[in-house]
Amino acid sequence: MSALPPAAAGSAAHTGGYVADPRIRWQEWLPWVLAVAAFFGAPDYLSLGARILIFILFALSLDLILGYAGIITLGHSAFFGVGAYVAGILGAKLGVTDPLVQLAAAAAAAGVLGVVTGAIILRTTGLTLLMLTLAITLVFLEIANKATSITGGADGLAGVVVAPVLGLFRFDLYGKTAYLYSLAVLFVGWWLVRRLIYSPFGASLTGIRENAVRMHAVGAPVYARMVAVYAISATLAGIAGALLTQTHQFVGLNVLGLEPSGELLIMLILGGVGRIYGAFVGPFVYLIAQDYLAKQFPEYWYFGIGLILVLVVLFARGGILGIVDAALARLRRPSA
Amino acid sequence: MADALSIRGVRAGYGATVVLEDIDLALAERGSLAVLGRNGVGKTTLLATVMGHTTLHAGAIEYRGRPVGHLPVYERARLGIGYVPQAREIFPSLTVEENLTVSARPGGRWTPERVYELFPRLAERRRHMGNHISGGEQQMLAIARALVGNPALLLMDEPLEGLAPIIVDALLAVIARLIREEALTVVLVEQSARLALEVTERALVLNRGRIVHAGPSAELLADPDRLAGLVVTQ
Repeated sequence: MSALPPAAAGSAAHTGGYVADPRIRWQEWLPWVLAVAAFFGAPDYLSLGARILIFILFALSLDLILGYAGIITLGHSAFFGVGAYVAGILGAKLGVTDPLVQLAAAAAAAGVLGVVTGAIILRTTGLTLLMLTLAITLVFLEIANKATSITGGADGLAGVVVAPVLGLFRFDLYGKTAYLYSLAVLFVGWWLVRRLIYSPFGASLTGIRENAVRMHAVGAPVYARMVAVYAISATLAGIAGALLTQTHQFVGLNVLGLEPSGELLIMLILGGVGRIYGAFVGPFVYLIAQDYLAKQFPEYWYFGIGLILVLVVLFARGGILGIVDAALARLRRPSA
Repeated sequence: MADALSIRGVRAGYGATVVLEDIDLALAERGSLAVLGRNGVGKTTLLATVMGHTTLHAGAIEYRGRPVGHLPVYERARLGIGYVPQAREIFPSLTVEENLTVSARPGGRWTPERVYELFPRLAERRRHMGNHISGGEQQMLAIARALVGNPALLLMDEPLEGLAPIIVDALLAVIARLIREEALTVVLVEQSARLALEVTERALVLNRGRIVHAGPSAELLADPDRLAGLVVTQ
């Protein structure tokens, strides 16, 4: 077979060295080590910890569509909320109390909703798409608000019964079971997302984000893949919503609408979009800052969050992980 | 046997803007065609129309006897039409290998390993990001990416543009090999008319969106005055 001599390929300096290696690197175990350490080291904060883990899963689901497939949305809370309400209605109204069954039902409902809405709205782009995503979550917010006999309306749905996990681990007052249960579900979610991202399908999502026209020309069914990833993301968001209901044994209207979607977007931007672990860092920093600032400055805590976001957007487009990357690159660079 | 590519009475452009008028051409299986002309005469639009990137106002496009003018771009690609775009359009955030992976369709002669044999430099760079390789390597990757889709018809839009002479020679040898030894049907759009005529069997020249000359490449190559009159030779 004829071949080009290496010399014929030009002599440009190559700065790349990145290896898209699907094997898990040691740094990737750090969040899990920290999470386990927090369980033993910070027993008074396990409820907050469980909330952080749930929002990491929620942010991970958003990162999949926004960071990898480039689908911008303000309506991701629709899936989170549907998952939360499905788990809540099962536990409070229908007597289905097994947490894994609730989780599976929430995942299925959110996934189906993802397919149906994705098939419609992903035919559009830009501002139209953004407005449609927002409209969907607002529609579900209004449904939850009006269907008081099922959802509890503005009062929320209290008395959600959740049986012990695997029949063994009861949800306790200190949040131990909630924390470990959320951690286990997040681990499975992370593992699935990671597998997906490092698969040819995941690479094609990046291709779609960067050049959808070119992806069409290499024979990729762009629309079908976007609907597929949207449904997968919706499923994960639904699971996160169900987790929130199960750990709080309550679900209210605050899981739907613009506010939770916007908050999630802020968390992801804060951590870094399109890097998996930005979805870990963002909710961690945001929720801890929220917890601290809300205690210190009950009336003005949002100002602090806003300030952090403005600084990140202005000076660190890659989020907190972008700052870390830049610092590491500077350290590695040989001094002139 | 049906032609690999048949275009009849095509009128096409971008939205309401018509760029191509009355385009008729037929290209046999394993044939090769150079598409020549000055800048802005519709060469890229012709390839884009075959691929489905433009608005087809009138006429018919057939690939191996099958009408494809109504098909979406990805279905044309899946049928066996490969496209090497003018600007290379490598996916910058994907590695060389991932650029090939997302384009590969198994079951044909061209696998990533086989294109690495054709372009050993890409094998060396397989783990480098698309935006961390040289222009020459990007062009190799653009061709390799089209090949792993296992096309029977390969549309190449100015694959030699902006490259160093040594790389131009090497890529030209690869294109000639694809035509003569790999039995691909190739449509080659090229500003460097002489280079394109050297490796193709037939040529057509466009002017203002219409075909103004069609004939054997060797004939045009042997008549420099006529060639100069039709296109700006380089």
